[in-house]
Amino acid sequence: MADFSFAIEPVYIATIFFFIVGLQRMSHPLTARSGIVWAGGAMLIATLVTFFTPNLTNIDLIAIAIVIGGGFGYIAAKRVAMTNMPQMVALFNGMGGGAAAGISAVALLGPTTPTSSLAVVGGLIGAVSFSGSLIAFLKLQGWMPSRPVTFTGQQIFNMAVLVLAIVSGAFVILQPSSMPLFVNASLPLFFILALGFGLLMTLPIGGADMPVVISMYNAFTGLAVALDGFSFVTPNYAMIIAGVIVGAAGSLLTLKMAKAMNRSLTNVFFGAFGATEEQAVQVSGSVKAIEADDVAVLLAYADRVIIVPGYGMAVAQAQQKVKELTDLLEGRGVRVKFAIHPVAGRMPGHMNVLLAEAGVAYDHLFDRDEVNPEFPSTDVVLVIGANDVVNPAAHREGSPLFGMPILDVEQAKNVIVLKRGQGKGFAGIENDLFYRDNTQMLYGDAQETVGKLVQALKKL
Amino acid sequence: MTEITAFWIAIYIAMLAAFTGYVTISRVPAILHTPLMSGSNFIHGIVLVGAMVALGLANTPTEQVIGFMAVVLGAANVTGGYVVTERILQMFDRSGKKPGKGA
Repeated sequence: MADFSFAIEPVYIATIFFFIVGLQRMSHPLTARSGIVWAGGAMLIATLVTFFTPNLTNIDLIAIAIVIGGGFGYIAAKRVAMTNMPQMVALFNGMGGGAAAGISAVALLGPTTPTSSLAVVGGLIGAVSFSGSLIAFLKLQGWMPSRPVTFTGQQIFNMAVLVLAIVSGAFVILQPSSMPLFVNASLPLFFILALGFGLLMTLPIGGADMPVVISMYNAFTGLAVALDGFSFVTPNYAMIIAGVIVGAAGSLLTLKMAKAMNRSLTNVFFGAFGATEEQAVQVSGSVKAIEADDVAVLLAYADRVIIVPGYGMAVAQAQQKVKELTDLLEGRGVRVKFAIHPVAGRMPGHMNVLLAEAGVAYDHLFDRDEVNPEFPSTDVVLVIGANDVVNPAAHREGSPLFGMPILDVEQAKNVIVLKRGQGKGFAGIENDLFYRDNTQMLYGDAQETVGKLVQALKKL
Repeated sequence: MTEITAFWIAIYIAMLAAFTGYVTISRVPAILHTPLMSGSNFIHGIVLVGAMVALGLANTPTEQVIGFMAVVLGAANVTGGYVVTERILQMFDRSGKKPGKGA
Protein backbone atom coordinates (compact mmCIF):
# COMPACT_ATOMS: atom_id res chain seq x y z
CA MET A 1 0.00 0.00 0.00
CA ALA A 2 1.23 3.46 -0.82
CA ASP A 3 2.50 5.48 2.11
CA PHE A 4 0.29 8.45 2.82
CA SER A 5 1.77 9.29 6.21
CA PHE A 6 2.93 12.67 4.82
CA ALA A 7 -0.76 13.56 4.49
CA ILE A 8 -1.64 13.06 8.16
CA GLU A 9 -0.88 16.53 9.48
CA PRO A 10 -2.27 18.44 6.44
CA VAL A 11 -5.50 16.43 6.65
CA TYR A 12 -5.77 17.04 10.40
CA ILE A 13 -5.29 20.77 9.81
CA ALA A 14 -8.03 20.75 7.17
CA THR A 15 -10.28 18.81 9.54
CA ILE A 16 -9.88 21.39 12.29
CA PHE A 17 -10.53 24.12 9.74
CA PHE A 18 -13.82 22.54 8.72
CA PHE A 19 -14.78 21.85 12.34
CA ILE A 20 -14.47 25.55 13.13
CA VAL A 21 -16.23 26.62 9.94
CA GLY A 22 -18.96 24.09 10.72
CA LEU A 23 -19.50 25.60 14.16
CA GLN A 24 -19.46 29.09 12.72
CA ARG A 25 -22.16 28.20 10.22
CA MET A 26 -24.32 27.14 13.15
CA SER A 27 -25.05 30.77 13.85
CA HIS A 28 -27.97 30.51 11.42
CA PRO A 29 -30.46 27.65 10.83
CA LEU A 30 -30.13 27.83 7.05
CA THR A 31 -26.35 27.57 6.85
CA ALA A 32 -25.89 25.13 9.72
CA ARG A 33 -26.40 21.93 7.77
CA SER A 34 -23.82 22.45 5.06
CA GLY A 35 -21.27 23.25 7.75
CA ILE A 36 -21.70 19.93 9.48
CA VAL A 37 -21.60 18.01 6.20
CA TRP A 38 -18.19 19.48 5.38
CA ALA A 39 -16.95 18.74 8.88
CA GLY A 40 -18.18 15.15 8.51
CA GLY A 41 -16.35 14.66 5.22
CA ALA A 42 -13.14 16.05 6.71
CA MET A 43 -13.46 13.72 9.70
CA LEU A 44 -13.89 10.73 7.40
CA ILE A 45 -10.68 11.53 5.53
CA ALA A 46 -8.88 12.13 8.84
CA THR A 47 -9.90 8.64 9.98
CA LEU A 48 -8.64 7.05 6.75
CA VAL A 49 -5.32 8.87 6.77
CA THR A 50 -4.71 7.87 10.41
CA PHE A 51 -4.22 4.29 9.18
CA PHE A 52 -0.93 5.49 7.68
CA THR A 53 0.50 6.52 11.08
CA PRO A 54 4.12 5.26 11.16
CA ASN A 55 4.67 1.93 12.98
CA LEU A 56 0.94 1.32 13.31
CA THR A 57 0.10 -2.33 14.04
CA ASN A 58 -3.16 -4.15 14.87
CA ILE A 59 -4.64 -2.66 11.69
CA ASP A 60 -7.20 -5.45 11.36
CA LEU A 61 -8.32 -4.93 14.96
CA ILE A 62 -8.69 -1.19 14.35
CA ALA A 63 -10.79 -1.79 11.24
CA ILE A 64 -13.05 -4.30 13.04
CA ALA A 65 -13.51 -1.92 15.99
CA ILE A 66 -14.43 0.94 13.67
CA VAL A 67 -16.99 -1.19 11.86
CA ILE A 68 -18.57 -2.32 15.15
CA GLY A 69 -18.64 1.12 16.76
CA GLY A 70 -19.51 3.00 13.59
CA GLY A 71 -22.25 0.51 12.71
CA PHE A 72 -23.80 0.81 16.15
CA GLY A 73 -23.60 4.60 16.10
CA TYR A 74 -25.10 4.85 12.64
CA ILE A 75 -28.02 2.51 13.25
CA ALA A 76 -28.82 3.87 16.71
CA ALA A 77 -28.72 7.48 15.51
CA LYS A 78 -30.83 6.78 12.41
CA ARG A 79 -33.53 4.88 14.29
CA VAL A 80 -34.02 7.09 17.31
CA ALA A 81 -37.17 9.20 17.41
CA MET A 82 -36.72 12.96 17.75
CA THR A 83 -38.38 12.86 21.18
CA ASN A 84 -35.62 10.51 22.38
CA MET A 85 -32.82 12.75 21.16
CA PRO A 86 -31.61 13.93 24.61
CA GLN A 87 -30.66 10.44 25.75
CA MET A 88 -29.02 9.71 22.40
CA VAL A 89 -26.82 12.78 22.70
CA ALA A 90 -25.96 11.73 26.26
CA LEU A 91 -25.10 8.20 25.13
CA PHE A 92 -22.77 9.22 22.28
CA ASN A 93 -21.15 11.79 24.51
CA GLY A 94 -20.51 9.17 27.17
CA MET A 95 -18.94 6.92 24.58
CA GLY A 96 -16.52 9.68 23.60
CA GLY A 97 -15.62 10.04 27.28
CA GLY A 98 -15.07 6.29 27.48
CA ALA A 99 -12.80 6.36 24.44
CA ALA A 100 -10.79 9.17 26.04
CA ALA A 101 -10.50 7.19 29.28
CA GLY A 102 -9.31 4.19 27.23
CA ILE A 103 -6.57 6.24 25.54
CA SER A 104 -5.42 7.43 28.97
CA ALA A 105 -5.39 3.87 30.28
CA VAL A 106 -3.23 2.65 27.40
CA ALA A 107 -0.87 5.61 27.85
CA LEU A 108 -0.60 5.00 31.60
CA LEU A 109 0.07 1.29 31.15
CA GLY A 110 3.35 2.26 29.45
CA PRO A 111 6.31 3.92 31.16
CA THR A 112 5.75 7.18 33.04
CA THR A 113 6.44 10.27 30.92
CA PRO A 114 6.41 14.01 31.69
CA THR A 115 2.81 14.19 30.40
CA SER A 116 1.50 11.27 32.49
CA SER A 117 -0.18 13.62 34.93
CA LEU A 118 -2.23 15.09 32.04
CA ALA A 119 -3.22 11.56 31.04
CA VAL A 120 -4.37 10.92 34.61
CA VAL A 121 -6.52 14.06 34.64
CA GLY A 122 -7.86 13.20 31.16
CA GLY A 123 -8.61 9.67 32.33
CA LEU A 124 -10.44 10.94 35.40
CA ILE A 125 -12.59 13.43 33.45
CA GLY A 126 -13.22 10.97 30.62
CA ALA A 127 -14.25 8.18 32.98
CA VAL A 128 -16.56 10.51 34.95
CA SER A 129 -18.14 11.67 31.69
CA PHE A 130 -18.55 8.05 30.57
CA SER A 131 -20.33 6.66 33.63
CA GLY A 132 -22.16 9.93 34.32
CA SER A 133 -23.53 10.16 30.79
CA LEU A 134 -24.63 6.54 30.92
CA ILE A 135 -26.64 7.24 34.08
CA ALA A 136 -28.13 10.32 32.38
CA PHE A 137 -28.98 8.11 29.39
CA LEU A 138 -30.66 5.47 31.60
CA LYS A 139 -32.66 8.15 33.43
CA LEU A 140 -33.81 9.86 30.23
CA GLN A 141 -34.63 6.56 28.56
CA GLY A 142 -36.80 5.67 31.56
CA TRP A 143 -34.78 2.56 32.36
CA MET A 144 -34.01 4.15 35.70
CA PRO A 145 -36.22 6.43 37.81
CA SER A 146 -35.50 10.03 36.81
CA ARG A 147 -36.16 11.24 40.36
CA PRO A 148 -33.03 12.12 42.32
CA VAL A 149 -31.54 9.11 44.14
CA THR A 150 -30.32 10.21 47.55
CA PHE A 151 -29.04 8.66 50.75
CA THR A 152 -27.66 10.03 54.02
CA GLY A 153 -24.06 11.15 53.90
CA GLN A 154 -24.17 11.09 50.12
CA GLN A 155 -22.10 14.23 49.56
CA ILE A 156 -19.38 13.17 52.00
CA PHE A 157 -19.33 9.69 50.47
CA ASN A 158 -19.05 11.08 46.93
CA MET A 159 -16.28 13.44 47.94
CA ALA A 160 -14.42 10.59 49.58
CA VAL A 161 -14.61 8.58 46.37
CA LEU A 162 -13.28 11.53 44.37
CA VAL A 163 -10.40 12.10 46.81
CA LEU A 164 -9.48 8.41 46.73
CA ALA A 165 -9.55 8.48 42.92
CA ILE A 166 -7.16 11.44 42.91
CA VAL A 167 -4.88 9.74 45.46
CA SER A 168 -4.70 6.54 43.41
CA GLY A 169 -4.07 8.70 40.33
CA ALA A 170 -1.11 10.23 42.15
CA PHE A 171 0.21 6.71 42.86
CA VAL A 172 0.00 5.94 39.14
CA ILE A 173 2.25 8.90 38.32
CA LEU A 174 4.66 8.85 41.26
CA GLN A 175 5.01 5.06 41.58
CA PRO A 176 6.74 5.29 44.98
CA SER A 177 9.14 2.33 45.16
CA SER A 178 8.53 1.97 48.90
CA MET A 179 4.97 0.76 48.25
CA PRO A 180 5.13 -1.66 45.29
CA LEU A 181 1.83 -3.30 46.23
CA PHE A 182 -0.15 -0.09 45.80
CA VAL A 183 1.60 0.77 42.56
CA ASN A 184 0.29 -2.30 40.75
CA ALA A 185 -3.22 -1.90 42.09
CA SER A 186 -3.37 1.86 41.62
CA LEU A 187 -4.23 2.03 37.91
CA PRO A 188 -7.29 -0.27 37.93
CA LEU A 189 -8.34 1.23 41.26
CA PHE A 190 -8.03 4.72 39.81
CA PHE A 191 -10.39 3.94 36.92
CA ILE A 192 -12.87 2.07 39.10
CA LEU A 193 -13.06 5.02 41.51
CA ALA A 194 -13.33 7.53 38.66
CA LEU A 195 -16.17 5.58 37.04
CA GLY A 196 -17.81 5.23 40.45
CA PHE A 197 -17.62 8.95 41.05
CA GLY A 198 -19.31 9.74 37.71
CA LEU A 199 -22.11 7.36 38.63
CA LEU A 200 -22.53 8.72 42.17
CA MET A 201 -22.40 12.31 40.97
CA THR A 202 -25.25 11.79 38.47
CA LEU A 203 -27.58 9.67 40.63
CA PRO A 204 -28.89 12.59 42.73
CA ILE A 205 -29.65 14.74 39.67
CA GLY A 206 -33.24 14.81 38.51
CA GLY A 207 -34.86 15.02 35.09
CA ALA A 208 -35.37 18.78 34.87
CA ASP A 209 -31.70 19.43 35.51
CA MET A 210 -30.69 17.29 32.55
CA PRO A 211 -30.05 20.24 30.16
CA VAL A 212 -27.30 21.39 32.53
CA VAL A 213 -25.91 17.91 33.08
CA ILE A 214 -25.81 16.88 29.43
CA SER A 215 -24.01 20.00 28.32
CA MET A 216 -21.57 19.72 31.22
CA TYR A 217 -20.57 16.16 30.38
CA ASN A 218 -20.18 17.33 26.80
CA ALA A 219 -17.61 19.84 28.03
CA PHE A 220 -15.98 17.11 30.16
CA THR A 221 -15.49 14.80 27.21
CA GLY A 222 -14.04 17.66 25.17
CA LEU A 223 -11.52 18.42 27.92
CA ALA A 224 -10.61 14.76 28.33
CA VAL A 225 -9.98 14.49 24.58
CA ALA A 226 -7.79 17.61 24.67
CA LEU A 227 -5.75 16.27 27.60
CA ASP A 228 -5.32 12.93 25.85
CA GLY A 229 -3.92 14.80 22.88
CA PHE A 230 -0.83 15.35 25.03
CA SER A 231 -0.31 11.68 25.79
CA PHE A 232 1.32 10.79 22.47
CA VAL A 233 5.03 11.07 21.70
CA THR A 234 4.27 14.02 19.46
CA PRO A 235 1.19 15.87 20.71
CA ASN A 236 -1.93 15.30 18.64
CA TYR A 237 -2.80 18.94 17.95
CA ALA A 238 -6.07 18.07 16.24
CA MET A 239 -7.33 16.39 19.41
CA ILE A 240 -6.12 19.27 21.55
CA ILE A 241 -7.82 21.95 19.45
CA ALA A 242 -11.08 20.07 18.87
CA GLY A 243 -11.23 19.02 22.50
CA VAL A 244 -10.61 22.50 23.85
CA ILE A 245 -13.20 24.03 21.50
CA VAL A 246 -15.80 21.52 22.67
CA GLY A 247 -14.76 22.15 26.25
CA ALA A 248 -15.32 25.89 25.77
CA ALA A 249 -18.63 25.35 23.95
CA GLY A 250 -19.91 22.93 26.55
CA SER A 251 -18.91 25.14 29.47
CA LEU A 252 -20.59 28.16 27.90
CA LEU A 253 -23.79 26.22 27.30
CA THR A 254 -23.72 24.74 30.80
CA LEU A 255 -23.46 28.18 32.38
CA LYS A 256 -26.25 29.52 30.14
CA MET A 257 -28.53 26.67 31.21
CA ALA A 258 -27.72 27.09 34.89
CA LYS A 259 -28.35 30.82 34.59
CA ALA A 260 -31.70 30.20 32.93
CA MET A 261 -32.72 28.31 36.05
CA ASN A 262 -31.08 30.87 38.33
CA ARG A 263 -29.12 28.11 40.01
CA SER A 264 -25.43 27.68 40.57
CA LEU A 265 -23.70 24.57 39.31
CA THR A 266 -23.02 23.52 42.90
CA ASN A 267 -26.72 23.69 43.54
CA VAL A 268 -27.52 21.54 40.50
CA PHE A 269 -25.00 18.89 41.46
CA PHE A 270 -25.40 18.87 45.20
CA GLY A 271 -28.87 20.29 45.70
CA ALA A 272 -30.91 17.24 44.63
CA PHE A 273 -33.73 19.57 43.64
CA GLY A 274 -37.20 18.26 44.35
CA ALA A 275 -35.95 15.57 46.68
CA THR A 276 -36.46 17.51 49.84
CA GLU A 277 -39.89 18.46 51.11
CA GLU A 278 -40.46 22.14 50.45
CA GLN A 279 -42.52 24.10 52.89
CA ALA A 280 -46.14 24.00 51.87
CA VAL A 281 -47.28 27.37 50.58
CA GLN A 282 -50.96 28.09 50.95
CA VAL A 283 -52.40 28.97 47.59
CA SER A 284 -55.79 30.59 47.63
CA GLY A 285 -58.44 30.28 44.96
CA SER A 286 -59.58 27.24 43.05
CA VAL A 287 -58.63 25.45 39.88
CA LYS A 288 -61.14 25.73 37.03
CA ALA A 289 -61.40 23.13 34.32
CA ILE A 290 -62.49 23.93 30.76
CA GLU A 291 -63.60 21.83 27.79
CA ALA A 292 -61.79 21.62 24.46
CA ASP A 293 -64.72 23.10 22.51
CA ASP A 294 -64.69 26.24 24.64
CA VAL A 295 -60.94 26.62 24.24
CA ALA A 296 -61.34 26.29 20.46
CA VAL A 297 -63.81 29.18 20.43
CA LEU A 298 -61.50 31.27 22.58
CA LEU A 299 -58.60 30.62 20.23
CA ALA A 300 -60.57 31.12 17.03
CA TYR A 301 -61.67 34.62 17.98
CA ALA A 302 -58.38 35.68 19.51
CA ASP A 303 -56.08 38.20 17.91
CA ARG A 304 -52.78 37.07 19.44
CA VAL A 305 -51.99 33.60 20.76
CA ILE A 306 -48.76 32.44 22.37
CA ILE A 307 -48.03 28.74 22.79
CA VAL A 308 -45.69 27.68 25.60
CA PRO A 309 -44.44 24.12 25.09
CA GLY A 310 -42.78 22.04 27.79
CA TYR A 311 -41.55 18.54 28.45
CA GLY A 312 -45.18 17.32 28.53
CA MET A 313 -45.46 18.07 24.80
CA ALA A 314 -42.41 15.88 24.15
CA VAL A 315 -43.74 13.02 26.28
CA ALA A 316 -47.13 13.08 24.54
CA GLN A 317 -45.46 13.54 21.12
CA ALA A 318 -47.95 16.31 20.49
CA GLN A 319 -45.77 18.50 18.25
CA GLN A 320 -47.44 17.47 14.96
CA LYS A 321 -50.89 18.28 16.35
CA VAL A 322 -49.57 21.58 17.68
CA LYS A 323 -48.33 22.42 14.19
CA GLU A 324 -51.79 21.58 12.74
CA LEU A 325 -53.40 23.80 15.34
CA THR A 326 -51.01 26.62 14.48
CA ASP A 327 -51.80 26.33 10.76
CA LEU A 328 -55.56 26.40 11.38
CA LEU A 329 -55.30 29.45 13.62
CA GLU A 330 -53.08 31.30 11.19
CA GLY A 331 -55.55 30.44 8.45
CA ARG A 332 -58.11 32.37 10.46
CA GLY A 333 -55.80 35.34 10.79
CA VAL A 334 -54.73 34.71 14.38
CA ARG A 335 -51.14 35.68 15.11
CA VAL A 336 -49.43 32.69 16.73
CA LYS A 337 -46.05 32.73 18.43
CA PHE A 338 -44.13 30.16 20.42
CA ALA A 339 -42.42 31.12 23.67
CA ILE A 340 -39.47 28.85 24.40
CA HIS A 341 -37.93 28.81 27.86
CA PRO A 342 -34.21 27.97 27.69
CA VAL A 343 -34.55 24.94 29.96
CA ALA A 344 -37.90 23.62 28.73
CA GLY A 345 -37.44 19.93 28.07
CA ARG A 346 -34.49 17.72 28.78
CA MET A 347 -31.65 19.23 26.76
CA PRO A 348 -30.72 22.73 25.60
CA GLY A 349 -32.97 23.68 22.68
CA HIS A 350 -35.15 20.56 23.06
CA MET A 351 -38.42 22.33 22.18
CA ASN A 352 -36.92 24.00 19.11
CA VAL A 353 -35.93 20.62 17.72
CA LEU A 354 -39.35 19.07 18.26
CA LEU A 355 -41.17 22.02 16.70
CA ALA A 356 -38.75 22.04 13.78
CA GLU A 357 -39.48 18.35 13.32
CA ALA A 358 -43.18 19.14 13.08
CA GLY A 359 -42.41 21.84 10.52
CA VAL A 360 -43.04 24.97 12.60
CA ALA A 361 -40.99 27.74 10.98
CA TYR A 362 -38.19 28.88 13.27
CA ASP A 363 -39.18 32.54 12.91
CA HIS A 364 -42.25 31.64 15.01
CA LEU A 365 -40.07 30.64 17.96
CA PHE A 366 -39.11 33.26 20.51
CA ASP A 367 -36.77 33.37 23.45
CA ARG A 368 -37.95 34.27 26.92
CA ASP A 369 -36.48 37.77 26.81
CA GLU A 370 -37.99 38.54 23.40
CA VAL A 371 -41.47 37.33 24.19
CA ASN A 372 -41.99 38.29 27.84
CA PRO A 373 -43.04 41.91 27.12
CA GLU A 374 -45.78 40.62 24.80
CA PHE A 375 -47.79 38.60 27.29
CA PRO A 376 -49.91 41.55 28.56
CA SER A 377 -51.18 42.19 25.02
CA THR A 378 -51.85 38.51 24.32
CA ASP A 379 -55.39 37.16 24.27
CA VAL A 380 -54.75 33.49 24.88
CA VAL A 381 -51.69 31.65 26.15
CA LEU A 382 -51.69 27.92 25.61
CA VAL A 383 -49.35 26.16 28.05
CA ILE A 384 -48.69 22.68 26.73
CA GLY A 385 -47.05 20.41 29.26
CA ALA A 386 -44.91 23.10 30.86
CA ASN A 387 -45.06 23.78 34.57
CA ASP A 388 -42.15 25.18 36.57
CA VAL A 389 -41.06 27.55 33.78
CA VAL A 390 -44.43 29.37 34.02
CA ASN A 391 -44.81 29.26 37.79
CA PRO A 392 -45.27 32.83 39.12
CA ALA A 393 -44.01 31.53 42.48
CA ALA A 394 -40.60 32.35 41.02
CA HIS A 395 -41.40 36.02 41.71
CA ARG A 396 -42.26 35.36 45.35
CA GLU A 397 -39.54 35.52 47.93
CA GLY A 398 -39.22 32.36 49.99
CA SER A 399 -40.37 30.07 47.22
CA PRO A 400 -37.85 27.38 46.22
CA LEU A 401 -38.21 28.67 42.67
CA PHE A 402 -37.58 32.28 43.70
CA GLY A 403 -35.39 34.14 41.23
CA MET A 404 -35.76 31.71 38.36
CA PRO A 405 -36.49 33.76 35.22
CA ILE A 406 -39.86 32.51 33.98
CA LEU A 407 -42.28 33.17 31.15
CA ASP A 408 -44.75 35.67 32.56
CA VAL A 409 -47.82 34.00 31.06
CA GLU A 410 -50.05 35.06 33.95
CA GLN A 411 -50.16 38.58 32.47
CA ALA A 412 -52.13 37.39 29.44
CA LYS A 413 -55.90 37.82 29.27
CA ASN A 414 -56.57 34.07 29.23
CA VAL A 415 -54.25 31.26 30.16
CA ILE A 416 -55.17 27.71 29.17
CA VAL A 417 -53.02 25.02 30.75
CA LEU A 418 -52.96 21.63 29.04
CA LYS A 419 -52.00 19.09 31.64
CA ARG A 420 -52.17 15.34 31.99
CA GLY A 421 -53.31 15.27 35.60
CA GLN A 422 -53.36 17.36 38.73
CA GLY A 423 -49.75 16.55 39.71
CA LYS A 424 -47.08 19.07 40.51
CA GLY A 425 -44.18 20.06 38.30
CA PHE A 426 -40.75 18.52 38.49
CA ALA A 427 -39.76 20.79 41.33
CA GLY A 428 -42.68 19.40 43.32
CA ILE A 429 -43.97 22.88 43.94
CA GLU A 430 -47.60 23.93 43.74
CA ASN A 431 -48.11 26.16 40.72
CA ASP A 432 -49.83 29.45 41.63
CA LEU A 433 -50.67 29.94 37.99
CA PHE A 434 -53.34 27.24 38.05
CA TYR A 435 -55.25 29.14 40.73
CA ARG A 436 -55.31 32.50 38.98
CA ASP A 437 -58.67 33.91 37.87
CA ASN A 438 -57.57 34.09 34.25
CA THR A 439 -56.31 30.49 34.19
CA GLN A 440 -58.34 27.48 33.13
CA MET A 441 -57.21 23.88 32.96
CA LEU A 442 -57.69 21.51 30.06
CA TYR A 443 -56.94 18.03 31.36
CA GLY A 444 -55.82 15.08 29.27
CA ASP A 445 -52.98 13.71 27.18
CA ALA A 446 -51.51 16.62 25.23
CA GLN A 447 -51.63 14.91 21.85
CA GLU A 448 -55.27 13.90 22.31
CA THR A 449 -56.30 17.27 23.69
CA VAL A 450 -54.65 19.29 20.94
CA GLY A 451 -56.25 16.85 18.46
CA LYS A 452 -59.63 17.71 19.96
CA LEU A 453 -58.86 21.42 19.62
CA VAL A 454 -58.01 20.89 15.95
CA GLN A 455 -61.29 19.03 15.35
CA ALA A 456 -63.30 21.67 17.16
CA LEU A 457 -61.61 24.47 15.23
CA LYS A 458 -62.35 22.81 11.91
CA LYS A 459 -66.07 22.79 12.77
CA LEU A 460 -66.17 26.47 13.65
CA MET B 1 12.14 19.79 18.50
CA THR B 2 12.44 18.46 22.02
CA GLU B 3 9.48 17.09 23.88
CA ILE B 4 9.14 20.05 26.21
CA THR B 5 8.90 22.65 23.45
CA ALA B 6 6.23 20.60 21.67
CA PHE B 7 4.39 20.57 24.97
CA TRP B 8 4.49 24.34 25.35
CA ILE B 9 3.46 24.89 21.74
CA ALA B 10 0.49 22.68 22.43
CA ILE B 11 -0.42 24.79 25.45
CA TYR B 12 -0.32 27.96 23.33
CA ILE B 13 -2.53 26.28 20.76
CA ALA B 14 -4.95 25.10 23.43
CA MET B 15 -5.30 28.63 24.76
CA LEU B 16 -6.05 30.06 21.32
CA ALA B 17 -8.51 27.23 20.68
CA ALA B 18 -10.35 28.11 23.87
CA PHE B 19 -10.87 31.67 22.63
CA THR B 20 -11.91 30.43 19.20
CA GLY B 21 -14.43 28.09 20.77
CA TYR B 22 -15.81 30.77 23.05
CA VAL B 23 -16.20 33.39 20.30
CA THR B 24 -17.69 30.97 17.79
CA ILE B 25 -20.15 29.47 20.20
CA SER B 26 -21.40 32.68 21.75
CA ARG B 27 -22.85 33.64 18.35
CA VAL B 28 -25.07 30.56 18.15
CA PRO B 29 -28.72 31.48 18.85
CA ALA B 30 -30.75 29.60 21.48
CA ILE B 31 -32.85 27.98 18.79
CA LEU B 32 -29.79 26.03 17.63
CA HIS B 33 -28.58 24.93 21.05
CA THR B 34 -29.38 21.27 20.47
CA PRO B 35 -27.53 20.98 17.16
CA LEU B 36 -24.68 22.96 18.72
CA MET B 37 -24.43 20.47 21.54
CA SER B 38 -24.80 17.51 19.27
CA GLY B 39 -22.37 19.04 16.77
CA SER B 40 -19.73 19.55 19.43
CA ASN B 41 -20.49 15.99 20.47
CA PHE B 42 -19.51 14.97 16.94
CA ILE B 43 -16.40 17.16 17.00
CA HIS B 44 -14.97 15.54 20.12
CA GLY B 45 -15.38 12.33 18.11
CA ILE B 46 -11.89 13.20 16.85
CA VAL B 47 -11.00 11.06 19.86
CA LEU B 48 -11.32 8.21 17.37
CA VAL B 49 -7.99 9.03 15.69
CA GLY B 50 -6.30 9.03 19.10
CA ALA B 51 -7.88 5.70 19.97
CA MET B 52 -6.71 4.27 16.62
CA VAL B 53 -3.13 5.29 17.37
CA ALA B 54 -3.39 3.95 20.94
CA LEU B 55 -4.57 0.56 19.64
CA GLY B 56 -2.11 0.64 16.76
CA LEU B 57 0.84 1.06 19.10
CA ALA B 58 -0.45 -1.37 21.76
CA ASN B 59 1.89 -4.25 22.58
CA THR B 60 0.38 -6.25 25.43
CA PRO B 61 -3.02 -8.01 25.30
CA THR B 62 -4.32 -5.69 28.06
CA GLU B 63 -3.43 -2.65 25.99
CA GLN B 64 -5.01 -4.21 22.94
CA VAL B 65 -8.29 -4.95 24.73
CA ILE B 66 -8.54 -1.43 26.17
CA GLY B 67 -7.47 0.12 22.87
CA PHE B 68 -10.04 -1.95 21.00
CA MET B 69 -12.82 -0.76 23.30
CA ALA B 70 -11.63 2.82 22.92
CA VAL B 71 -11.82 2.59 19.11
CA VAL B 72 -15.31 1.03 19.27
CA LEU B 73 -16.52 3.80 21.60
CA GLY B 74 -14.81 6.54 19.61
CA ALA B 75 -16.24 5.27 16.30
CA ALA B 76 -19.74 5.13 17.82
CA ASN B 77 -19.29 8.67 19.19
CA VAL B 78 -18.21 10.20 15.91
CA THR B 79 -20.73 8.36 13.70
CA GLY B 80 -23.67 8.77 16.04
CA GLY B 81 -22.79 12.39 16.74
CA TYR B 82 -22.65 13.17 13.05
CA VAL B 83 -25.89 11.40 12.12
CA VAL B 84 -27.84 12.96 14.99
CA THR B 85 -26.59 16.46 14.17
CA GLU B 86 -27.29 16.08 10.49
CA ARG B 87 -30.81 14.78 11.17
CA ILE B 88 -31.60 17.70 13.47
CA LEU B 89 -30.22 20.32 11.09
CA GLN B 90 -32.13 18.80 8.20
CA MET B 91 -35.32 19.67 10.03
CA PHE B 92 -34.29 23.26 10.62
CA ASP B 93 -33.34 23.55 6.99
CA ARG B 94 -36.85 22.50 6.07
CA SER B 95 -38.88 24.17 8.77
CA GLY B 96 -38.10 27.55 7.29
CA LYS B 97 -39.81 26.58 4.05
CA LYS B 98 -42.51 23.97 4.14
CA PRO B 99 -43.96 21.60 6.74
CA GLY B 100 -43.47 17.86 6.49
CA LYS B 101 -43.21 14.61 8.34
CA GLY B 102 -40.26 13.90 10.64
CA ALA B 103 -37.40 11.97 9.07
